[in-house]
Formats: sequence, structure tokens, C-alpha cells
Amino acid sequence: MSVPPAVSMFIAAFILLNAIVGVVTYITLLERKFAARMQSRIGPYYVGWPHGWLQPIADAVKLMIKEDIVPAPADRAVYNLAPLVFLVPCMLVFATIPFAPGLGVADLNIGVLFFLAVSALEIVGLFMGGWGSNNKYALLSAMRAVNQIISYDLPFIFAALVPVLLTGSMQMSAIVGAQHGLAGWFVLYPVIGQLAFVAYLIAALAAENRVPFDILEAESELIAGFRVEYSGMKFALIQLGEYAHMLGTSFLGALLFLGGWLGPGPAWLGPIWFLLKAVFVFLILTWVRWSFVRIRVDQILAISWKLLLPATVVLLLATGFVVAAGGGRGL
Amino acid sequence: MNPADAVSGIREKFGVEPVVDGATVTVALPVDQWREAGAWAKSTLGCRYFNWLSAVDWKAEGLEVVCRVENLESGLVLFLRTRLGAGATRCPSLVPVYRGADWMERECYDMFGVVFDDHPDLRRILLPQDWEGYPLRKDYAIDTPHAPYR
Amino acid sequence: MDPEARKVVEIGYGGNERLIMNMGPQHPSAHGVFRALLVLEGETVVAVDAVIGYLHRCHEKLGETLTYVQYPSIASKTDYVAAMTSELAYVSAVEKVGKFEVPKRAQYLRVLVAELQRVASHCLWLGTWCLDMGGALGGGATVFLYCMREREAILDLFEALTGARLLYGFHQIGGTRYDLPAGWAEKARRTVDVIEQRIGEYEAMLEDNAFFLIRTQGVGVVSRELAEDVGLSGPLIRGSGVEYDVRRAEPYSSYGDFDFKVPVETAGDCYARYRVRMQEFRESIKIVRQALDGLPEGAISSRPGVKSVGQVRVPKGEGYARVEGARGEVGCYVISDGGPKPYRMKWRGASFSNLAILPHIIPGHKVADVVAIMGSVDPVFGEVDR
Repeated sequence: MSVPPAVSMFIAAFILLNAIVGVVTYITLLERKFAARMQSRIGPYYVGWPHGWLQPIADAVKLMIKEDIVPAPADRAVYNLAPLVFLVPCMLVFATIPFAPGLGVADLNIGVLFFLAVSALEIVGLFMGGWGSNNKYALLSAMRAVNQIISYDLPFIFAALVPVLLTGSMQMSAIVGAQHGLAGWFVLYPVIGQLAFVAYLIAALAAENRVPFDILEAESELIAGFRVEYSGMKFALIQLGEYAHMLGTSFLGALLFLGGWLGPGPAWLGPIWFLLKAVFVFLILTWVRWSFVRIRVDQILAISWKLLLPATVVLLLATGFVVAAGGGRGL
Repeated sequence: MNPADAVSGIREKFGVEPVVDGATVTVALPVDQWREAGAWAKSTLGCRYFNWLSAVDWKAEGLEVVCRVENLESGLVLFLRTRLGAGATRCPSLVPVYRGADWMERECYDMFGVVFDDHPDLRRILLPQDWEGYPLRKDYAIDTPHAPYR
Repeated sequence: MDPEARKVVEIGYGGNERLIMNMGPQHPSAHGVFRALLVLEGETVVAVDAVIGYLHRCHEKLGETLTYVQYPSIASKTDYVAAMTSELAYVSAVEKVGKFEVPKRAQYLRVLVAELQRVASHCLWLGTWCLDMGGALGGGATVFLYCMREREAILDLFEALTGARLLYGFHQIGGTRYDLPAGWAEKARRTVDVIEQRIGEYEAMLEDNAFFLIRTQGVGVVSRELAEDVGLSGPLIRGSGVEYDVRRAEPYSSYGDFDFKVPVETAGDCYARYRVRMQEFRESIKIVRQALDGLPEGAISSRPGVKSVGQVRVPKGEGYARVEGARGEVGCYVISDGGPKPYRMKWRGASFSNLAILPHIIPGHKVADVVAIMGSVDPVFGEVDR
């Protein structure tokens, strides 16, 4: 009995969506535990034995039953829509990620392009939230968000294009396929690979609004930025979207630079390898987050336009030369 | 600038007799020489460091404004004081001379009701703007009822 | 912004699309209850009005209504982060007016706790300042928690000494109230050893971090002339190149016996103030060691205990005594009319004078710098508002 493609894709998407929500919920616990260890604390401990493993569930339940407050002067339609507009692109990025050969919703031949394009859409939700709240802090934060995301998407894209250029394809499974072999991972590619990976991580930090680039959240200046007025489920959606986006970026990083699902052992270990690599990338980002201080908005823009963008352009050109010298194929 | 020089300078310039205690020179001045004395202390004695300014309520004798400026290089401390006279509340402001006098004089106005002429922004600083009375005056009892929040 | 409270320090700007933003009185980086009315042009602050007084308790009136025995433990509530030095300022002033003797051992104990308090206070400053710049969900929180760990160790020492962790009541007219318990000196030595080593770790963590440097260097520059004119004291004036430390200028409580340096930086920016405080950590630890080594034997108070609070009387006179608190010159001006209470008590709080610098230096900076500058000033609002 064969299932029509539309139905099978729907089922796949349903499973994926729920899996993502589950992983995202627990990745918050991972981050909290990791940060706690960095800061010589224990972290969540009491909700669920051992070591507070029920904490994310408790948080989710708490946020769901909290009162939903809409400020009186808010622009209600924009305010209410913003969390959804923010969440959808963050979830959509997972559509093109294959978690093993053939295991994914849609392995598009422009997978990387789709990912980059959709992930940049989250800014619309951010700005709607900041504008719709009718709050000065939120407005400033929305202004900062637009500034920052426009400046950091370019280096982010350029860094992500280096593996694409080396592979000669935008299809994610093809990029993984090109990384076979002992030293096949693009992060091990001489010089270019390491530089591109570092540039990718920096740009990813900025694109995900993490410290040191979290100027739009900036709780010491703008309280909580664009989400200062959100509460309850809407706040939970924003939080979910943020972490989903972060996880998506980590998956992309693992896929582009760390060989995706490739790893020793039988083929069914593939998705687990992939998840472990994504968590590794996530932990690098977390590590940076919990050890740096935030920088100022003008400095963020300066770093992007004066340093990171020229550097990634040069890197991309260099990759192009390498590929051309190698006869059209990097490998 | 040591205290002895300061004493002779003050005697010559203002015609008052200062009291010396170690490096501290205390000068009691008439109120109309107040700002002149501040400017002179800053320019001639090198007392550029504005430490603090406050007032004392001597009940029937009226208010006295006191101010402490220092020369940090030589350690000279000049303690200026002036009696405003019974019932009087006006005093020249030192803000044109020392920028640090801004908040100190506002506090002094807030607590004693001393009105500093030429202060650029004389309003209450610690108490609410609509507070009634001047708490550090001796006739302000500590249990004075005050208006509830408005 | 009510029209009466509106006062802006304008800087040259030709535009007219301004945003008035209220930072505080309840704001994560207000360090207490402080309200800054910022007039913004985009992200740039063009004017600021500081509103203080939310924590005002009229300590000066309280001082006139409480006796010399009662007030020292209330004095600790002005600068509650460095309560030891607040108390010391009051009792020093009263001792000066009343010409009370203080035994040598009490003087050394006062130095000991004052310097430990300075280390604890600077720990809190470093943590909260980094929290301002790095965020509660970022590297700042990491530094904050490390610093709180160190401060905790000192508060444990104070708890063993006085039974209290924040407001001590350690000083009294004529000496100190408590003597060191057995084994305390050893514990204190071990604690400062650990802290000294950790200070080095924080310096490595912060000063090797380019982001920290660009956030602090050249931000909030206070010129030497402005610093003296406004009456800054403590690490702020020393960060602007003025070598002014009350411990040196007018040694009190046997500070002349100790060998220590007064760190001075000339840049006048946030980083210079940071450097001054980081060096003060080490100097304070040095003084703590010297005080523990050279602690003389003898009585801790020149005055027998009192049976009622009005028994300490001070002869007619007046005097001003000052001490170097963690934030600068903490002074107390006492006029006595011969009774058991002062006729007039003026409190010179270091934070009040230091905070007055904000309207002079903030305009022209970005919003993010406002919190960095405010944190580098290190105000404690108990002392600003008194």
C-alpha cells in the first residue's frame, strides 16, 4: 500500500514539528545546566529527579496557564500576530534539513538558500512585536533588531556559502555527501574551512541575538526589548521560536561544516551523530554567550560592516579561486 | 599654599579673622561676600575641590550656610561659613564658581529652604516637589504630619 | 515629565525627533531606585535629568533625634553595601568633637574591617557593573556570580565577627563593640588569599576580552578639572588622575602605620575607574594582612559599657571627620550642644557627590553607555538619598 506524497510529507512534517518542540524544550535545560556549571552553580534541580529534568515541562505549563496581558495602548492586531509571525519562519527552517539520507521533510535542491531566506524572515515578527507593543523600550529594540539583522545576514550567508561553493550544490544532502572521508569535513578543509566556520559562528551569534550581540534584548538597558510586554503563551511562542532558530542554525552549522550525519558506526546512528554535532555547535554558542559582555549598537554595526563582511567576501572569493583552480570542483 | 598664607590673604582681602586648626582654615563671612570668597578661594588659594555645602539652623539666630572646599595638592582646607541673619533665607549661589554646588545647594534648599540666588535649577532634590516645609529646620518637628500621596 | 522637573542639559543637535525615555525608578540596571530621564535622539542621549530621593529617610534629622549610642548602627544604613565605613565616619566625627581616645587595638580592628569591607564592596561593584554591560543572561551574570561568591566569603567573616551580614553595628564611640573570635584571623587570611588569586582570574577574563575593552575605554571620560569641580572622590577622582585618598590626605585610625599604594589612573574613563578599583582590591588585601600581622593586644574600647542610651555626652563643639569608604570620602559633620544627641549632623555621602557627575558626562553617549557609566560610578542609593 502506498501513501500519497502529500500525506507522507504531512506526517513527516507533523512528526518533525513535534520532535523539534521537544528538543527545543530540552535544549533550554541543557543551556541552563551548562551555564550553571560555568558559573559554579547547580542549575535547575528540584523539579524532577534527577537534576531537574522536568524543569522545561514545568516552565511550559507555567507559561501556558499564565495570564495573557495585552497593554491597553498596544496595536492589538500586530501585537497578537507578532509571536506567530516570529515562530513560523523559525520552525520552517527545519523543513529542508535532512537528518539522515532520505529522512527529512523536503530535501530541496536549493535547501541552503531556502534556509537562509526563511530564517531572515524572523525579523518581521520581531519588528511587529516591538512596534505593536507601543512601548519605548520595545520600539528601540525593534529598531536595533532591524539594524542588526540586516547587517549580520550578509556575513552569515557568505560564510554559509563557502561549503556550498566547495560542494557545488545547494542541496543539503549533497553537501553532506561531499564531506565523506577521514578529513572530509569542511571544517577540516585547510584554512578556508576553519575561517569560514569561525565566521559562521560569529554571524550566527548575531543572527540569533545572543550575547555579545543581544542588543535587542539587552535587559540592562531595554528590560527585555521587543518582548517586554508579552506574557504567558505569547511569550512562550517567542521563546520557542528563538530557541528553534538557534537549534536550526546549529543544525545547519553541523551540516555545512561538521559532516552532518556522517560518523562511525552503523547507518542508523546517523541522526544521533547529527544531533550530537548540532548540540556541540549550540554549546559553543552558549559558551560564548555566558562569557562575554554585550557590545554597543554602533560597535556591532562597525564589526559587521567593517570587519566581518569584507572578511567573508574575501573568504568567498578565495574559495572561488580554489574551486576554479581545482577544475570546477573543490574536492 | 599653606594655611598661614591663606590666613594673611583672607585677612587682607576680606578683613575677617580666620580660625586655623591644622590644615583647616575656618572663615566666617558676611553673606554679600559669599560668592566672591568662593571665587577667590578657587583662583587664588587653589581650592578647586568642592567637597560639600550645607546649612545649620541656629533657631532664633537664623540660618548659617557652611561650605568646605579644598586644595588637594597642598592639603589646605577652607571652611567657609556665613550667617544669613534671623529669618533670612537668601544666599548667593556658588554654582557659577563650582559646578558641584548644584546638587548640594538643591539639597540645602530642600532641607532648609535656603534660596540660592542665580542657581540655574533650584528645586527640591530628595523630597517630592510638592512637599511642605523644610525638615531640617529646628521648628520642623520629627512627627510633623505631611500630606498623603497625591 | 512634569514641566517643573524638566531640566535638560542640551548639547548641540539640530533635529527635533526626540524620545524621552524613563530609565527607572524600577529598572534592572538602576542599582537601586534611581530615575534617569533620558532625552534620546535615536540611540544617542542628548540630555539627562537625574531624579533621586526615592530612598530618602532624612538621616540627618534622624541623627539629631537619636543619641550618640543609638545612631552608629543606623549610620550603617546609609551606605549599606559598605556599612563598616559608614559607621566609622559617624563615630570618628563624634570622637573628634568629644576628644574620645580610641585604643590601638580598636584602631587596627577598624582598619581591618574597613579594608575587608572595601574588598566586599568592590566585589559587588564588579559583579553588578558587568551585569549592566553583559546582561543577566550573558557573560555579565557569570562575573556577577563569581563576585558574589567572593563577597559571600567576606560576609561570612563579618557574620562570625558581629553576628550580622549587612548592617553590623561594629563600631561604637571610643572603640569597637566586638573583638575577634578565636580562629578568625586564620580564616580571614585564607579568605583573602583565595580572593587575591581570583582577582587575577577576573582581570584575565575581562582585560583579555576585546568586547569589554571597547565597551569601557574612552566611555564616560571625566576630566581632572571636572572631577575636582564636582567634588568626586574615591576611585572616580583617582581614575581622573588626582591622587586624593583620605587615608593618605588625613590619616585616621592609624592608617599611617600601614604600607600601601594609592592607585591612580589618568584616562578618566570607565576603564580607568575599573583599573583603580582592581588595584585597590590588592592594596586592601595587603592592608588586611598587615593589620592581622601587627594587631596589638589590649582593650577594644576606651569607654565602659553604657546602661542607657543617653549616657554618652559630648562637650560643646563641632567637627568634621571623614574616612575613605569604598566609594570615596564619607564624611560626617557634627555640632554638639553638650547633650546626648548632636545638635546638627551633616552627612557627606560619597555616592551623592559622585552621582552628580552623571548629568555632566552622559549627554552624547549611547543608551548602552549610560548603564556602563552608571555602573562605573558605583552609586549606592542608601547613601545618595540618605
